[in-house]
Amino acid sequence: MYSFKELRKHSKDQAEGEIKKLALLGNVSTQFLATAIRGYAFLEGLPLSVYDADYNQMEPQLLDPDSEVYCFCPDCILLWIATDKLYEEFLDLSPEVRPEFAASVMSKIMMYWDLISQHSGANILQMNFTEIDDKALGNYSCKVGSTFAYQIRKLNFMLSESMATRRNVYPLDILSVQIQLGNGKFYDAPLYYNAKMNVSMNALPFVAKAVTDVLKALAGRIKKCVVLDLDNTLWGGIIGDDGVDNIEIGELGRGHVFTDFQRWLKELKECGIILCVCSKNDESTAKEPFEQHGEMVLRLSDIALFVANWDDKAANIRLIQKTLNIGMDSMVFIDDNPFERNLVRQMIPEIEVPELPEDPALYLGFLQEQNYFETASFTGTGSDRTKLYQAEFERTKLKVSFETIEGYLESLGMIGAAKPFEESKYSRIAQLTQRSNQFNLRTVRYTEADIQSIAHDPDYVTLYYTLKDRFGDHGLVGVVIMKKKNGDELFIDTWLMSCRVLKRGMEEYIVNCLIREARKLGYKRVYGEYIQTAKNSMVKDIYKEMGFEEISENNYVMDVDKYKENKNYIKEME
Amino acid sequence: MEREEVLKKITEIARDVFDNAEVELKEETTAADIEEWDSLSHLNLISDIEDAFEIKFTLAEVSKSKNVGKLMDALIKHMGEKR
Repeated sequence: MYSFKELRKHSKDQAEGEIKKLALLGNVSTQFLATAIRGYAFLEGLPLSVYDADYNQMEPQLLDPDSEVYCFCPDCILLWIATDKLYEEFLDLSPEVRPEFAASVMSKIMMYWDLISQHSGANILQMNFTEIDDKALGNYSCKVGSTFAYQIRKLNFMLSESMATRRNVYPLDILSVQIQLGNGKFYDAPLYYNAKMNVSMNALPFVAKAVTDVLKALAGRIKKCVVLDLDNTLWGGIIGDDGVDNIEIGELGRGHVFTDFQRWLKELKECGIILCVCSKNDESTAKEPFEQHGEMVLRLSDIALFVANWDDKAANIRLIQKTLNIGMDSMVFIDDNPFERNLVRQMIPEIEVPELPEDPALYLGFLQEQNYFETASFTGTGSDRTKLYQAEFERTKLKVSFETIEGYLESLGMIGAAKPFEESKYSRIAQLTQRSNQFNLRTVRYTEADIQSIAHDPDYVTLYYTLKDRFGDHGLVGVVIMKKKNGDELFIDTWLMSCRVLKRGMEEYIVNCLIREARKLGYKRVYGEYIQTAKNSMVKDIYKEMGFEEISENNYVMDVDKYKENKNYIKEME
Repeated sequence: MEREEVLKKITEIARDVFDNAEVELKEETTAADIEEWDSLSHLNLISDIEDAFEIKFTLAEVSKSKNVGKLMDALIKHMGEKR
């Protein structure tokens, strides 16, 4: 979140475009809020002019048809009736009339709305009410109609009901800001008594965000589509490696996190947001959980477009965007993998790419706080466009346009290393041989004891690979085991790689290193074999792609002396 | 932090708040001496000093400090309380 200081610095700047006008009217000091809104709107690229009426001028400004507020010709009028002031008024009332307090404030607000509708065509942004509980009766206040705690809650409820009957009134939920920040951050008592400002300076940016969000939605800048990654985003684990029975989803353990996340996505879909999938997977594997797992909340019928392949995600998102025929700026891309997020952000600057927290338990709270799905209308459920898009996708089947991602890969500053097996890595290496299904050429499974004896056996040449880039360390991501056929020839018994580092030059790097190692040890030829399984079709042509010569079906050879290094952007670790 | 250093630091903050690089604060400087120093920018100044030194002024200190020196007295007192 921006600081108030940053917003203040930009409060005189104006974004380019057609300027909307906002007038602020309040029973507290609105100058600082005006400053914060100006700065926030500029930083969000929203051209806005803000008029802020003098302190406590609501009635005179609204009653007089020639008042400054009406003469400003605002597109929106923000009404801010602060609970702090209401509380003071409440205490000045005699106790007998207090139970009617909420109703009387509500009728005053409706009068304001009527006046505005009479004298202006402006939309009304109505702030709801923060809560004050003066503990006059302690917890018991909640059930006594003459307490302020009771009346302010009643007022918020009445306000919601009344707004629902007015087309030109848009809620501004300052109460949710108070809840988000807590009273300790939201209030600043000295500031209130000194300047009649009932919100702390540090809370103002949050209120300004809420105002700007509503104004953006009114200007048509809304999100329409969420593009979702699958593995470790929609469920825990990797479907291609773990299989449909072992991914984490459901009410138990960590699965609960992903289930709740899916529940929220389903709710978004019911509110009219289009859900799409963009995953690096075989399509049939990626669809398995949707079709077979009993505890998935989302089903294939909830997904408008399902794109699962091994192309880069930016290209796939462009395909989705073209098919839906919506603006890139109306899309949100959700992926747990920082590499994919940064690639998409770099290739498609307009799309929203939330920087998800590492712990999936925090996804939901984080995404909800961003408030991506502000809207200025709600047509009710039943406006399900999902089926329509599914049909459209089948018809067009657009070709994926490949973008050059080389510049991006270069900018990553990737650093790789290849080393013979060492003891501290045995368990991780064994685990990879047991778990990797997709990028695994022969799918030979080894135990830790097997790995240990291979590492010590002079008939084997072993390499494990690590990779890091400027976004972090990916750890051990590749394993190669080569077996000596004779003094001149090696056979690649195992080549596997983690799919997280797919298609960024790691394949090329791995082959370069293994050929170099073979050459160093005096071997002349390296043989490779592909053994097909249900899950490893993605690597069936990998040897050919890397320059090996095919000698029979699924069998390949490389002449070490004739090997031309495959190009990649991974630098050797110092 | 020495008193002189504190004065230097709040002078920087004041230059930023008043958007005027010429501003020179002395112990005896009051709001009347600086054109940009009005009731609104006063609150900005207070808020930025509070954030920079991670302290909180009391209501009386905000409204009754007659000059920069008095404000610094309050500031230095709060800084001492923090330790």
